[in-house]
Amino acid sequence: MMSGPGAHEKAGIAAHEASHMDPATAREAATLGIWTFLATEVLLFGGLFTAYVIFRIRYPEMFYEDHLKLNRVLGAVNTVVLICSSLTVALGIAAIRRGKVGLLRLYLFLTLLLAGTFLGIKYVEYTEKFHHGLHPGTDIFFSLYFALTGLHGIHVLAGMVVLGTVLFLAGRGKYSEGYHTPVEISGLYWHFVDLVWIYLFPLLYLVG
Amino acid sequence: MKEHGSGTGTYILVCAALLVLTVITVAVSYVHLGTMNVVVALLIASVKASLVALFFMHLRYESGLVWGFALTPLFFLVLIIAGTLSDTLFR
Repeated sequence: MMSGPGAHEKAGIAAHEASHMDPATAREAATLGIWTFLATEVLLFGGLFTAYVIFRIRYPEMFYEDHLKLNRVLGAVNTVVLICSSLTVALGIAAIRRGKVGLLRLYLFLTLLLAGTFLGIKYVEYTEKFHHGLHPGTDIFFSLYFALTGLHGIHVLAGMVVLGTVLFLAGRGKYSEGYHTPVEISGLYWHFVDLVWIYLFPLLYLVG
Repeated sequence: MKEHGSGTGTYILVCAALLVLTVITVAVSYVHLGTMNVVVALLIASVKASLVALFFMHLRYESGLVWGFALTPLFFLVLIIAGTLSDTLFR
């Protein structure tokens, strides 16, 4: 169905060039959009969490014995690393809300550094496990361990690409005090990645 | 009018709380409490998750509509887990 030409003329050409919505509406739409995406992510991880619950109830001894084989210290260090990376993202967003682009770029750079550290430690852990003959095929606990941490690792990698892009665009002067919705949206994704790890760490490393 | 979102001080406090809770959950894991270990670990994780969602993800300052979008998947998560358990536990 075609809308009347009168309405479009009233909307004005200037507003049309910038956005099809006023900034507040555009921001709310973007926020609802990312939360909808995160809902699908919850259910993506949810399937694996369900498998975890079922098999943990069925094989409690295996889960107990196997979780002791994970490196609790490295897992804890990685938890600290991810929490700090969430802080740097939050501080970056607080900075751009005050119009400080340089500070945003610094915090995003630190976030990428921390994300890289997380993956580096994860690499060390995986290598250690393989060295001891612990593979995804070893048993159901390690299947779940590699599936859950692997899927999470892919999310960390994706988050690095997203935040790296935001960092690049910030350098091109795309964001300001008045417009920084993509920074906020990317930040929400990154916090979600942290959120998943907050549950993965105790379930895999601490209580098996 | 208060600015939308939190300030730097709040973020650092939340981060400190998250780090303290991490230390506590790791420390508790070395104490044998039986089933209570799982309960405590999940309780602490949920407090941490709430802090991240409320402050870092700004849920505290969002409208009821955004809250609806954020909480609905949790309902479905419970539904998936409870629904599957109702099958596997009783066959």
